[in-house]
Parts: sequence; structure tokens; C-alpha cells
Amino acid sequence: MHQVLSSTPEGIFTINVGPQHPATHGVLHLVITLNGETILKIEPHLGYIHRSIEKMCESLTYRQFIYVTSRMDYLSAHINNHACALCVEKGLQVEVPMRAQYIRVIMDELTRLASHELWWGAMAMDVGAFTPFFYAFRERETINEIMEETCGARLTMNYMVPGGVMADIHPQFQQKVKQFIAGYKNKIAEYNELVTGNVIFQNRMKGVGYLSTEDAISYGCSGPVARASGVACDVRKRYPYDVYAQVQFDEIIETTGDSFARYLVRIREMEQSVRIIEQLIDNIPEGDYQAKTKAVLKLPKGEFYQRVETARGELGVYIVSEGGTTPYRIKFRSPGFSNLSALNEMAKGGKIGDLVATMGTLDLVIPDIDR
Amino acid sequence: MDNEALKASLLPLNANLTFEEGGEWVNVFVPYNELKPLLKTLQGEPDLYFNYLFCLTCVDWKTHLTMVYHLTSLKWQHNLVVKAVLNRENPQIETVCDIWKTAEFLEREVYELFGVEFLHHPDLRRLILTDDFKGWPLRKDFEDPVNMIKL
Repeated sequence: MHQVLSSTPEGIFTINVGPQHPATHGVLHLVITLNGETILKIEPHLGYIHRSIEKMCESLTYRQFIYVTSRMDYLSAHINNHACALCVEKGLQVEVPMRAQYIRVIMDELTRLASHELWWGAMAMDVGAFTPFFYAFRERETINEIMEETCGARLTMNYMVPGGVMADIHPQFQQKVKQFIAGYKNKIAEYNELVTGNVIFQNRMKGVGYLSTEDAISYGCSGPVARASGVACDVRKRYPYDVYAQVQFDEIIETTGDSFARYLVRIREMEQSVRIIEQLIDNIPEGDYQAKTKAVLKLPKGEFYQRVETARGELGVYIVSEGGTTPYRIKFRSPGFSNLSALNEMAKGGKIGDLVATMGTLDLVIPDIDR
Repeated sequence: MDNEALKASLLPLNANLTFEEGGEWVNVFVPYNELKPLLKTLQGEPDLYFNYLFCLTCVDWKTHLTMVYHLTSLKWQHNLVVKAVLNRENPQIETVCDIWKTAEFLEREVYELFGVEFLHHPDLRRLILTDDFKGWPLRKDFEDPVNMIKL
């Protein structure tokens, strides 16, 4: 599984993958040192879409900066907003109404489903199966429609505000989500039949891109990447926020640490997301959807840290406040950044052809890494 | 371990620790030249076992820079924030990437955005910005006439 071949200096050469390459799903540049087909070293070069969101946020107010964060991990836009809203609420010590908490968590899980859908389709396409892409986008489209109806946007939802959500849910929201969930359960079985059980696919994924438990912890990996290596790190379980403490779901952990394990973790996480939505959708309590907050928010002097579980892993928002209306310093601990740093460890000693399978299961979103 | 117990077990490790009150987790300041041995102990000690560095960053306070290390223990589920004050003119600190490998990338990011030099780092180059970029963009006195957004 993990071997570095001895090499002659003449056979070693360097190639560039990216910045424009279909398998990187964005502008990521990898400089790969090869000996024949065997990878000796991978050096990621980042920053092609670096916008310095952290600096930008220093001049935005606590109501404004939330919307910039939708542009980090655009597939988990809603969960990014959630992290920021929770962090500001922690500083203000605002109690969020139950109705808002329920809506937030349902939306989070719908976002996670949509994100995993896109990953599943794109990853199957990376390893040579084109059809799953269309299947995945069919379901993702339904989720996007539900989002559009309630939030007014399909990708950058910007639905969260400090203290709750921006508007109440659409009257048809519950019915549409239930309809979607009812049909969706069969879809996961279909995915398993179509891709998971496929022998060609399994041969392509098993034993590829191995990451040990020790390395996963040392590289600060989180989310499905770490859980596939046997690290129990689900923030929803370890540090529950909003109503996650009240819902029943399993933390999915695999121990083999290869690409197939990461694949299985995400597929089974989709089932858990469905389970969470099912528990909440019928029980959304009546009441306010937003706590009363002042028009201009001022956080007390101090430091606030909030982490949430996005579709990619642990997102941390670190706000340093001087007591003003804008943050003094803000830092986003992005899950993709740490997961990418482990890529060299995973791919070293493997074949260059397997790199696509490894990268596909890392589920990288480049704006999340560059920020 | 709760915050009080954590504080008590930190005190014997280094005589020069100062604690910052308030905040959700224990905040501890350590002189920058004693940071590395302290973090090494925090990671190695079985009762503390801070095996996961989940955030490494820097804050520019105009008069000085503060390095901030967020640590957690996946085994014991406790968190700790370690800070070290650096001067602004020539900030230098020992790398921690031999303790947690994730620090290699995070320190490269802090190096290019704040200009902190990490001693004994294996590959201290710019990660996000172009190689010929001038200035340290996340410092408070950084001016960019073209790309800055100011309200």
C-alpha cells in the first residue's frame, strides 16, 4: 500500500497538473515529482482565487461579513453562514428561537446532501463513469429548488442572520422536503447498485491514497477524510450546536483509510442526513424565526471561536473583537486547507493514475482552500 | 479535564506562564523562546495529550504580533489556546511542524501574510501569493491602493 521505490536520478522528472485541469475541480496547481509512473512528491501551489476574505471581513460589520463567507466553500454556503452566525451569537449571548434552530439544521443537512451529491457525481466522472453525474444533478436540482423557494437563491443562500434566519420558511417547504426525502431513500440504494458495488470501481478505489490514523490527526484532517482513517471528529457529535444535541444520528467511521473508505463514509453520511431531516421536519415549533437584536451589532472585547461540521470537515471561525462594529481580526480555519496538506502523504509512492481517485475522494473546493 | 484542572496542570510545566481571563477556553501566554518545549510537552504528556492542532494564526496588535495556537485533545476532549508575543520588526519563532505536520502549511500562510519567520521550517516559501509580492497583507498598516476595500 505504502512504498517508496528506489530511483535513479536520470528517471526522475517533474510535471504540472493544473492550474486548469478537469480533475482538480477548480484552479489548483500541483507540481508532481515522478519516477516513471510513481509519485515521489506532490507540492500544491495555491492562491489562484485568493481574495483575502479575512482582510475584507475586517472592514465589514457583523451583519455584512456573513455573506462574504458564502463565497468560501460555495457548496456548503449555508453551513459557512451558520458558523459565522453562531460565532456572533456567542459574543452577543443571544438565545436563538427553537424555530430558527430547527430550520437552520434542516437547511444544513439539505446543503450537506447537495454537496455530497455533487461530489458523488464528479468523483464518479473522474474515474470514468459519466452517467452518475446526471443522476446526482437530478437530485441536487430538487434541493436547489427547495432552497430557492425559501432563501431566494440557489447556491449562495445568505439565509442566516445573527439571531436566527432572515425570513420564515415558504408555506410549501415542509411538504416539498418530505416529498423529496421519500423519493431520495431509494436513490441511495440506486447509487450503491450503480457505483458502490461495481467491481471495476472498487478495484480503482481500494488500497489507493492510504492515510493512517496518526497522519490524519497530525495533518489536522477533519470531516469524512479523517473519519475514513478512524478518527472520531464529527463536530455535530463532539461539540453539538443548535438542535444537533437532540437528534439521533450515527457518526460514520471507517478504519481502512483508503479512497474507498472515504467514499463509503460520504455515502453513508447521506443516509444519516436524511435521518436527521426526517426527525426534524414534522416538528418545527411555532414561534419567532429570529431573536430580537439591535440594528447595529457590537461584540464585546474578547475572542470568540466557533466550529461547525461542513460537508468537508471542521470549519472554525475565530473572531478577535476590540468592542467595535467590525471584527479586529478574523480567521477562518478551513477544512479543505488541512485536508489538502495531507495529499502528499496519501499519494506518495502510488501511481500517477491513482492520483485522480485520491483527489476525488478528498472532495476539494478550491475557494475554501484559498479564501 | 475542565478549565480549572487544566490550568492547575499547566502551572508546573513552565514558570513564565501568564493566563488571560475571560474566553471560553484557557488562554495562556508563554515567552516566544520557550514556546516549542512547552508545546512538545503538551502533546507528549499522557494526561494532556493535545494531539490535534486545529488552528494556527497570528494577530497584529500594531505594537506587537501575537501567535495563536488552538489545541485540542481528541482523546480527552479538552481545548487550550497558547499564545506568544513577538516583536513587529523582526518576528522570529521556532516552527512546530515536527510536532504537528499540519503546521507546515499553516506556518507558510502566516509567514506570507504577517511576515513571521519560522526558524528551522523545512520549506518556508510563499504559499498563496506570488513569489514577488511585496509587503505583509494582513498587517494593519498594509496599504494597497488598487485592491483594498475600505468602508
